[in-house]
Amino acid sequence: MLILDDTQTLLKTSAADFLAARSPVKALRALRDAGAPEGLDHALWQEMAGLGWPGALIPEDSGGSAIGYKGMGQILEETGRVLLASPLLSSSVVATSLLLEAGSTTQKEIWLPRLARGEVRAALALDEQPRHAPDVCQTHATPQGHGYVLHGAKCFVPDAVGADLLLVVASLSPDRKVEEAVAEAGIFLVPANTPGLDCTSLRMVDSRNAARVELGGVELPDSARLGEGSPVRQALSFALDAGRIGLAAEMLGNAQEAFDRTLRYLKLREQFGVAIGSFQALKHRAASLYCELELTRSAVLAALGALDCARDEVPALASLAKAKACEVIELMSNEAIQMHGGIGMTDAEEIGFFLKRARVAQQLYGDASFHRARYATLMGY
Amino acid sequence: MSPMDEFKRETRAWLQANCPQSMRTPMPEDERCWGGRGASFKNPDSALWLARMAEQGWTVPTWPRAYGGGGLTPAEAQVLEAEMSTLGCRQPLFGFGISMLGPVLLKHGTEAQKQAFLPPIARGEIRWCQGYSEPGAGSDLANLQTRAEDCGDHFRINGQKIWTSYAHLSDWIFCLVRTSSERKQGGISFLLLDMQSPGVETRPITLISGASAFCETFFTDVKVPKSQLVGQLNEGWTIAKELLQHERGMISRIGRAIGGAIPAVETLAQRYLGDATGRISDPVLRDEVTRHAMNERAFELTMQRAGETSAAGTAADGLSSFFKYYGTEQNKRKFELILKCAGTRALGWEGEEFTAEELAICRTWLRSKGNSIEGGTSEIQLNVIAKRVLGLPD
Repeated sequence: MLILDDTQTLLKTSAADFLAARSPVKALRALRDAGAPEGLDHALWQEMAGLGWPGALIPEDSGGSAIGYKGMGQILEETGRVLLASPLLSSSVVATSLLLEAGSTTQKEIWLPRLARGEVRAALALDEQPRHAPDVCQTHATPQGHGYVLHGAKCFVPDAVGADLLLVVASLSPDRKVEEAVAEAGIFLVPANTPGLDCTSLRMVDSRNAARVELGGVELPDSARLGEGSPVRQALSFALDAGRIGLAAEMLGNAQEAFDRTLRYLKLREQFGVAIGSFQALKHRAASLYCELELTRSAVLAALGALDCARDEVPALASLAKAKACEVIELMSNEAIQMHGGIGMTDAEEIGFFLKRARVAQQLYGDASFHRARYATLMGY
Repeated sequence: MSPMDEFKRETRAWLQANCPQSMRTPMPEDERCWGGRGASFKNPDSALWLARMAEQGWTVPTWPRAYGGGGLTPAEAQVLEAEMSTLGCRQPLFGFGISMLGPVLLKHGTEAQKQAFLPPIARGEIRWCQGYSEPGAGSDLANLQTRAEDCGDHFRINGQKIWTSYAHLSDWIFCLVRTSSERKQGGISFLLLDMQSPGVETRPITLISGASAFCETFFTDVKVPKSQLVGQLNEGWTIAKELLQHERGMISRIGRAIGGAIPAVETLAQRYLGDATGRISDPVLRDEVTRHAMNERAFELTMQRAGETSAAGTAADGLSSFFKYYGTEQNKRKFELILKCAGTRALGWEGEEFTAEELAICRTWLRSKGNSIEGGTSEIQLNVIAKRVLGLPD
């Protein structure tokens, strides 16, 4: 089904109402101006936990709300509309999916209930290149006694500042061949206060939380390895796809809101004595953006549905949704600024915040060309 | 068993018992049945299948039984369509009577008009064509000048229509004519007339892609009884616009069905540019082909979503314009990409040096240019979306 059921519709509407009241775009501006690297309203995060959002993917017997991916996608779309700064995607989708897929019973018992309650925030430390390249891993885990020592650096870890737990991808390949790195990767649960772990805040253009993470001889027990030795590659792939699809939903919300605001402006702004929205040069571009948004929405809904109930289709649909979201949000954010004219260039007008978040979201978990190449490979051409 | 399950079971049983085996194979274009007085059947099973389906009312499943239809609810018609698709049954009859005129007559026709015109459409006995565009009335359709003069018990028609598809093979035409010059849109009437009437002449049009179904149609002092006026005098524009919605839906479907006879871009790209593993060897074209294939997938998902939305009873306005615009533009991009992948192999005009498929690609590429013109240009569709969906001011 590519449409929402009554529960999902209600969830979306109530999320929209809650976020409009509690965290409009001016909340992001306030966080930015305060300059706090965590960029998070802790009281708001606790309210979100009260609504069951951080536990959306977690089963009820582990303390979650079991809303499911499609429902979570509706919440994420609404967070995109208000540019909510929160670890909902990084912690409650990506890290949580990874623990659900690959965690041992003990690891799940320890972390899932606390993640569901919003008490801990977890972040996946994967990328080592400026462009998303999940197959590149120079960070290395060397067995030592009853554990491992980690060395390496991760150049862009979303929501790492203030996270309680990092999920660090590290190669176990003994001869350090890069091409085998991910095939033999392990993922390690590293509490934030572990000696040797260093987290440096990155002040990004979207005013959201991100950090460079260095691992200088981080010593961990065997029990810190996700899945305690069973293969994690599939789980990592699935969790990344869940992140891509969830992010595509957020980007859809961003683009849809930028479109709605631009449309209002086209009807309001007058030049030459008429509303500028009466000019055909602008009408046709608006109509074409509408078509692109509809296509993106279909791709996002199909991909969310696959996460819940058609896992075979997840990789291709994840790339479809993320690629389409990247293309459309780039076009939309550029058109939004252009159609707003000079006012769109000012910091006082909010439309610029949508552009800034758009570009970071495009890069995160793979941009359009990354996902087109991946889609072609998945399809065999 | 629910009534719908029962209907599904009966429908499948009837189709299995009545659909000839040769009607369960993919349909070559020259076996597509358009009906009409001059209909000929290359495959005799086509005539048998048409007769059986017409008897059942299933050439037009949702029309009332009184007018030759099957009297099915939309949900039942969906079951029938799904069962036919599952069994691979061909659609027994095509035509503008079914897809365009019928829905309009059901809504606006008099009882006598419905009785006279609908059953022959349902049985495939009368083939209809459409008289809308004129040399001076394309996108500005309401500027049409073909005149119908009031002569007491009949109208006298003088003027010219263009792009009348299959006019030379059709029995009747539904036509927009000017019955008043005082108001532009408010002076148009919707008229039905027999193509065998004295004073009607058709000439075929050759396109950039070669021979075509399009004609010019000339009317010289053609007499049309007043009983063949549909709706009120000077109120034909409303009917015309409604019918255009049906036409847009049909063009985006037919355009894709015809384009669909040519393999997908990615398949052809692999054939012409694939390496030993099937990977498209040119990285730039690989990216372009993939972008196209992904948009195609997103478009199909959007059609599926629209179907689910309308089944749930909340259809969005303006979707027919979206599908017409995007579907036809996408089809044009498809053929441009195929040309890039196949190189000069796809540019043969005729002759035995080229495969039938290569020649078809070239002709269909040229013909695809018309997809975004006929039935309302892409620019007109964008205008409609801007106005009806986005509410932008005139």
